[in-house]
Amino acid sequence: MSERPFAITLEVGSSRANHTGSWRSERPEYVRRMPPCNAACPAGEDIQGWLYEAEAGGGGYHSAWRALVAVNPLPAVMGHVCFHPCEEACNRLALDEAVGINAVERFLGEEAIRRGWEPPSPAQPSGRRVLVVGSGPAGLSAAWQLALRGHHVTLRERSKQPGGMMRYGIPAYRLPRRTLDAEIERITALGVQIECGQRVGSLAYALQEGAFDAAFLALGADVAHHIDIPGATAARVIDAVAFLHATAEGQAPVLGRRVVVYGGGDTALDAARTAARLGHGAGSLPAPQPLAGAPGAQEDPGGEAPPAPQEPVVVYRRTAERMPAHPQELAEAREEGISFRWLSTIAAARGERLVLERMRLDEQGMPQPTGELEELPADCVILALGEEPDLTPLQGLDGVIGEDGRVAVNEAMMTARPGLFAGGDLIAQERNVAVAVGHGRRAARSIDAYLRGFAMPGEEAPEPVAFADLNPWYFTDAPRQVAPKLARIRRQSTFEEVVLTLAEDSALYEARRCFSCGSCFSCDNCYGVCPDDAVLKPGPDGSPYAIDLDYCKGCGMCAAECPCGAIAMVPEQT
Amino acid sequence: MSAAADRSPQAERRDEGLRFYQTGTFAVGGRLLAEHQRTVQSQPRRPSSLTKGHRACQGCGEALGARYALDAALRAAGGRLIAANATGCLEVFSSPYPESSWQLPWIHSLFANAPAVASGIAAALRAKGREDVRVVGQGGDGGTVDIGLACLSGMFERHDDVLYICYDNQAYMNTGVQRSAATPPGARTATTEPLGGHPGNDFGQGKSAPLIALAHEIPYVATATVAELHDLEAKVARAMEIRGPRYLHLLVPCPLGWGSEPSETILIARLAKESGLFPVFEAIDGAIHAVAKIRRQVPVREYLRRQRRYAHLFADGGREDVIDRLQAAADRNIVRFGLLEGSAPLAGDLLGAPAPGELDDLSGAQAP
Ligand SMILES: Cc1cc2nc3c(=O)[nH]c(=O)nc-3n(C[C@H](O)[C@H](O)[C@H](O)COP(=O)(O)OP(=O)(O)OC[C@H]3O[C@@H](n4cnc5c(N)ncnc54)[C@H](O)[C@@H]3O)c2cc1C
Ligand SMILES: Cc1ncc(C[n+]2csc(CCOP(=O)(O)OP(=O)(O)O)c2C)c(N)n1
Ligand code: SF4
Ligand code: SF4
Ligand SMILES: [Mg+2]
Repeated sequence: MSERPFAITLEVGSSRANHTGSWRSERPEYVRRMPPCNAACPAGEDIQGWLYEAEAGGGGYHSAWRALVAVNPLPAVMGHVCFHPCEEACNRLALDEAVGINAVERFLGEEAIRRGWEPPSPAQPSGRRVLVVGSGPAGLSAAWQLALRGHHVTLRERSKQPGGMMRYGIPAYRLPRRTLDAEIERITALGVQIECGQRVGSLAYALQEGAFDAAFLALGADVAHHIDIPGATAARVIDAVAFLHATAEGQAPVLGRRVVVYGGGDTALDAARTAARLGHGAGSLPAPQPLAGAPGAQEDPGGEAPPAPQEPVVVYRRTAERMPAHPQELAEAREEGISFRWLSTIAAARGERLVLERMRLDEQGMPQPTGELEELPADCVILALGEEPDLTPLQGLDGVIGEDGRVAVNEAMMTARPGLFAGGDLIAQERNVAVAVGHGRRAARSIDAYLRGFAMPGEEAPEPVAFADLNPWYFTDAPRQVAPKLARIRRQSTFEEVVLTLAEDSALYEARRCFSCGSCFSCDNCYGVCPDDAVLKPGPDGSPYAIDLDYCKGCGMCAAECPCGAIAMVPEQT
Repeated sequence: MSAAADRSPQAERRDEGLRFYQTGTFAVGGRLLAEHQRTVQSQPRRPSSLTKGHRACQGCGEALGARYALDAALRAAGGRLIAANATGCLEVFSSPYPESSWQLPWIHSLFANAPAVASGIAAALRAKGREDVRVVGQGGDGGTVDIGLACLSGMFERHDDVLYICYDNQAYMNTGVQRSAATPPGARTATTEPLGGHPGNDFGQGKSAPLIALAHEIPYVATATVAELHDLEAKVARAMEIRGPRYLHLLVPCPLGWGSEPSETILIARLAKESGLFPVFEAIDGAIHAVAKIRRQVPVREYLRRQRRYAHLFADGGREDVIDRLQAAADRNIVRFGLLEGSAPLAGDLLGAPAPGELDDLSGAQAP
């Protein structure tokens, strides 16, 4: 017997001998849930993930960029042109304003170019050869992903330079070519061979001749829809994609002084803004001239006054609210002096004038003719009425073109012909760069699985984390004195071409506004709030916490106080 | 830990940015925080003065509050700290013979005498010339506000060098939720059973231990909750910088006695403060020096409806009249303590210095 005090029979011990974990009916588990921004990103980016890296500042930017380009090889391009649906889904909207995701992405993309960050290293060569047709964002994204996975990629492009609509559609004032070139260079640095000026006339032939194991079709859609304007001469009518393409090649056509653009999409606005920049017209718009003889008509004052210079006019059959162009594009066009003739269609051309017919919207919001006519002076009409793909290279491939005349793909982005995949504008309902990049990546994953004989991955869509799943107590809203700064950052992400890339401190600040929806961001709350001292913080900052199940009683406080919904309570099996 | 620590203008600006993110003021820690912004609780090797294996209920606010407060005190005392504990849950769940959860020298004597035991330890240390060792006395609201009040008052008026911490869970929890003088009006306990169908505690009874402490004009009096760790740790640190009697009144929700979800202990403490029912303030030398402002104000109903001790206020058509009186009590606190941003505590109240007019009245009354 040891020397214990009189009448004391037991050695004093620690309560650690008492495993209170046996009380538990539920246990906390660390989870990673889908943040709404990620769920909304058509390119499939792990936005929360790279923002988390960027929050650290300094070396964090590089790791953030690495996480970005693991998914999307064009972050700087995207930072300029993406319509960022992620920001509309951002949970932070419920507190103050969405995180400026797009602006941070642009900062990281430009930072990588500025610092010459190297592409990640590709996997071991697989010995497999893949043909990619079309070097727009869809083709480039697929080529990047395939090269990273060790496949040999041949990319054939019809035009003189790679980039697709990023080079020949989106005007340079919205996307500097220097940025585009730098990101494409990185893709070729990975080993992707881009063969420009090589139109694939017959895919069946190309596949056979090149002995390719698989192919990805990213032909885009650039055959413009045409309408006949009675009385117009072909020389005075040009389609928007051809006009923008020629301008991008430095061969802008002569349009005349008074340019009318017909259509209501983003392409129409880009065409109008490009025409304005080319100097076709300047100054204010003359009032519409009712037709001679029509009620209220006035005589044309005649040729004595000098011809009034004029900004491009966009003619659209519905209203501003119903135009398919993005609202921010419309606002920018208006700021640049583009004028609009809403509820109007072009009925005919008469000499140097267009005859417009007024429309009215019916209950369904569809435009109906009113029979009212007016005139608009015009030297030239740019048609921006939509585009469709040129499917001639697919002739002779059984079943690839469906009965509706379109190319159909399954979940894995594969066409009816095994080994032949397609994506981007060629198949998309929603046509933009992010969708194209997402298609390219998904197709590349499928092609990789196809080549290796694995099952092709499906795209699962877990329920995104809602604002109600977070504990917003821990997030501070913008103090009044900082709010104007916020507004400025938002503007920068909107008027990209006008304002320079975010300064470092603003980008850092934006990144740090992220709630980290659904993923631990190392705030130590769980470690702090456990009344049973049962959460372990074994490693340095940023490494995972652990639950000491010997002592956790399952009260759920850690889960309730986790700011970002990264702890779930799951029932114990009994 | 102390929020008042000196900072460079650059650090100040960086913190401004950080606040957007989430951290600094509210979360326990954060990988992006500077060392001085981190709480004791966020440290990988915090003292954990009350360690695991204790037998408190799931989600016990008292167990959490004791670790929060004592870890901060231990840190401030450089690890040299002795605690004297009154009878109550904190003592019972932490020390069933032969086990102890305490990782500091700790003594339990009686229900009523923790302040006196602490005073005695402080006196002994002084006699031994060991002023480097600091003393904490602690107990529940019953042990403090009711049965221990005489010992506590004596400790105050003798100016003993003790930090006394009251863990207020608003009833005698350890013996089965009996009413104490800290039980709020309207709350049901085992000893406020229906007389005429109104099972809640009466209005107009009870007492406020922090205001009683304040009236002793001791050097430091503060209230805090388990919902605001940074505030709590800063207060403990400040109290430990001072010698003499100091009093900290800590609101610690009790899931068992309050009938609340164990996972909501912190939420409920937060709502007590945000509704104005529990004013969080700090007083130095008998005068209120700072109050924790309400950040996201809520009606008292939001606080009450999460607790079964108030369920009778919502059952069978509800007792809007009682809820209104509780709201009025919260509103009174809000005005009296100046709990809203931009407002100040009422001058002339017992808490602050008397208003100049009142001073004249007093001197006039004393004149023959
Ligand atoms: C004016 C305009 C502005 C736009 N602005 C934006 C914007 O701001 N943001 C945004 O997200 N999206 C914008 N878009 C849409 C976006 O550019 C497209 O959705 C995207 O480029 C589609 O990518 P893709 O790879 O599918 O096709 P494309 O970019 O069209 O690339 C297809 C490529 O395939 C080549 N090709 C076609 N047939 C063959 C063949 N037989 N052989 C070899 N090569 C061939 C083409 O030359 C082209 O280079 C805009 C589009 C236009 C027209
Ligand atoms: C003199 C005396 N009377 C009664 C008791 C029984 N008793 C032990 S703990 C307790 C209640 C403690 O209440 P409180 O101080 O509020 O602490 P809590 O358990 O609520 O934390 C009582 C009545 C006792 N131990 N000694
Ligand atoms: S707060 Fe962050 S993680 Fe959440 S939706 Fe916004 S950007 Fe994504
Ligand atoms: S009864 Fe209340 S104070 Fe006592 S251990 Fe349980 S939760 Fe904690
Ligand atoms: Mg009590």
